[in-house]
Amino acid sequence: MNKFKSKIVKVLATSVVLSTLLAGCGGQDKASSGSNSKNEQVTLTMLIGDTINTPGFQEVVKNIEQDLNIKTEIEIRPGGPEGENIVKTRLATGDMADLSVFNSGSLLKTLNPEQNFVDLTNEPFMKNIFDTFKETVTDNGKVFGAPVSSSQVGGWLYNKRVYEELGLSVPKTWDELMANNAKIKAAGKTAVIGSYNTNWTAQLIILADYYNVHAQEPNFAKDYTAGKAKYAKTPAALRGFEKLEDINKKGYMNKDFNTTTYDQAMKLLADGDGVHYPMLTQVLPVIADKYPDKINDIGVFPQPSDSADVNGFTVWLPNTILINKKTEKLEAAKKWVEYYVSEKGIAAYSSKSKAIGPNVINGIKVADDAYPAVKEMMPYFDSGNVAPALEFLTPVKGANLPQISTEVGGGITKALKGAQMYDKDVEKQAVQLGLPGWK
Amino acid sequence: MSNVNKHMYSYFFIIPAAIIYTVFFLAPTVMSFFFSLTRWTLIDWEFIGLENFKQFFSEPSLMIGFKNTLFYAFSTMSLKVIIGLLLAVFLCSKIRNKNLLRSVVFFPALLSTIAVGVVFNAMMNPTIGIINKGLALIGITGPDWLGDANIALFSVVLVDVWKGVGIATVIFIAGIMAIPAEYYEAHKIDGGNSFQEFLHITLPLSRPALNTVIILALIGGMRTFDLVWAMTGGGPGFSTDLLASIIYKQYAGGFYGLATAGNVLLFLFVGLIAFPIFKLLNRKEVDL
Repeated sequence: MNKFKSKIVKVLATSVVLSTLLAGCGGQDKASSGSNSKNEQVTLTMLIGDTINTPGFQEVVKNIEQDLNIKTEIEIRPGGPEGENIVKTRLATGDMADLSVFNSGSLLKTLNPEQNFVDLTNEPFMKNIFDTFKETVTDNGKVFGAPVSSSQVGGWLYNKRVYEELGLSVPKTWDELMANNAKIKAAGKTAVIGSYNTNWTAQLIILADYYNVHAQEPNFAKDYTAGKAKYAKTPAALRGFEKLEDINKKGYMNKDFNTTTYDQAMKLLADGDGVHYPMLTQVLPVIADKYPDKINDIGVFPQPSDSADVNGFTVWLPNTILINKKTEKLEAAKKWVEYYVSEKGIAAYSSKSKAIGPNVINGIKVADDAYPAVKEMMPYFDSGNVAPALEFLTPVKGANLPQISTEVGGGITKALKGAQMYDKDVEKQAVQLGLPGWK
Repeated sequence: MSNVNKHMYSYFFIIPAAIIYTVFFLAPTVMSFFFSLTRWTLIDWEFIGLENFKQFFSEPSLMIGFKNTLFYAFSTMSLKVIIGLLLAVFLCSKIRNKNLLRSVVFFPALLSTIAVGVVFNAMMNPTIGIINKGLALIGITGPDWLGDANIALFSVVLVDVWKGVGIATVIFIAGIMAIPAEYYEAHKIDGGNSFQEFLHITLPLSRPALNTVIILALIGGMRTFDLVWAMTGGGPGFSTDLLASIIYKQYAGGFYGLATAGNVLLFLFVGLIAFPIFKLLNRKEVDL
């Protein structure tokens, strides 16, 4: 009996301790948010992908708390389809954060922006933002988002040190590029780095070819959205798949391309063991962070077409900051976004993170200490030899392109068959979105 | 009297259990049959009849799941049965350190599947992985275990067997231990050898254990997702995609109706294969 009693006492004691601990936590929270300076502090929640959380972003968040007295509670989600799912589920269950960052372009359309996000069309701070960006976050004539970073390009990152050693020059045509590859292979180095273990990286040769598609078939995006143009039936578009196949056929990739990861690929490129890496310039800060003495060796050129006259970059527009339509702190959220895209906000951002491409806001120039690769891409922007990637021009994007690219690039599937598979794959997306022209 | 007994407990007693079962099991099941017939965006839906099922059968990247899943389920099952049975016979014989060896065999079953997948992914790397480095020491150039589309699925099968054979072995050991010693004594007196002993006593009399292992391994194999996802993510290309990983990808792509249709198909697929086998196996069971 005594034993039993002491047990009860123990249980009671534990629960008392626990409950005071919990109460303590709650109390502290209140105290910290209430006691802060002049006006009452507002706390906004914000859901972002893991790649957004750069030192520059954190710096802006810190400044916003200091200057506007708005605290930001950051929630990190994974990128890719898993992250998209989290966003979709939270929207569907009405559990979305006040602010969120999501892809602009085709993926944003899958979120039904009009129903879920605040219309920013008439906000004064949107005036300074480039129309090319605004178009990618517009649905039914309304603009829903502000840019979260600079734009970037998809192209061929290359190791300039090795290029100099081997006496190579930047190729203007696909044949010149393949000739360079042959020389690099002969020198015993990996000509093209494949990192198919991170399977989205396999798509780059197809996606970065869009400038060339656009130059030859200016109506491709429109016809593609309408279900009239297909990859397999448009020779200019099919070239992307063929180029991917070409690299594999000639054996220009690292032998273990199927098991190499994104991170390993960056190391190969930085060390010069691999000389070309078809990739987005978002890798630049990562390389600068991990191999600071090598970042100046990295350059970038556009994916060449078959003619030297057509030579330009495919541009990826930045992700976008969105305001939840159901937020109870709309004023604070708008102020947050306004600050983020203001000169102050951008200055804070660039004090910690360098740009990976030109900004999409009027009057913001590329800094003098920009990465060499970013400086290298500027002439193309200045002369207008750039085009947005297809995913910013059409809502139609298939979910299986990474897998199909690894099959074509890995020599499992022929280019034409891959293109046909992809045409079939995008049908699902188009039908799900209810686009006219698809069955 | 019997009447009183019958009504001693009110039907109200089953209400808590019935509510939980309805809300968490029955309702989702019925709903999934319904949503598999729609184009569903989580927010609204449109009834499209059997379109989703048609799509599942017409798209090669979806169809490959049936083939791969069958191969995966039957090959893991047979390897687990064969290796598990041999190990069990060995571990029931008169050997030293029996308990230690039994633990060693069972140990992989205790690990998290994802952890096993991640570790083997690293070990099977063709250039820096420990397996190929080990093979290189004895002069063999190991294959690209997970990168070669022709053998990737088989590599995953091997890891699944390594991880799952412990459970099969334990079930077999229990089955073999339950065989009365008299049979073995009679066999000894008749002067049979140990192979005959295995074939005519151990094998037929551990039939219940064998059936359990077959059914468990088969159903487990058909539902596998975690190991494949951790090791290859279904790649390279679609070469190691199983039904479960394909369904997950449709879900991740936002095709909720299609993913639900896939789950209905997986349910039917498992049922259609497991149920007849279960019937067949049970008929052949003998009493001890």
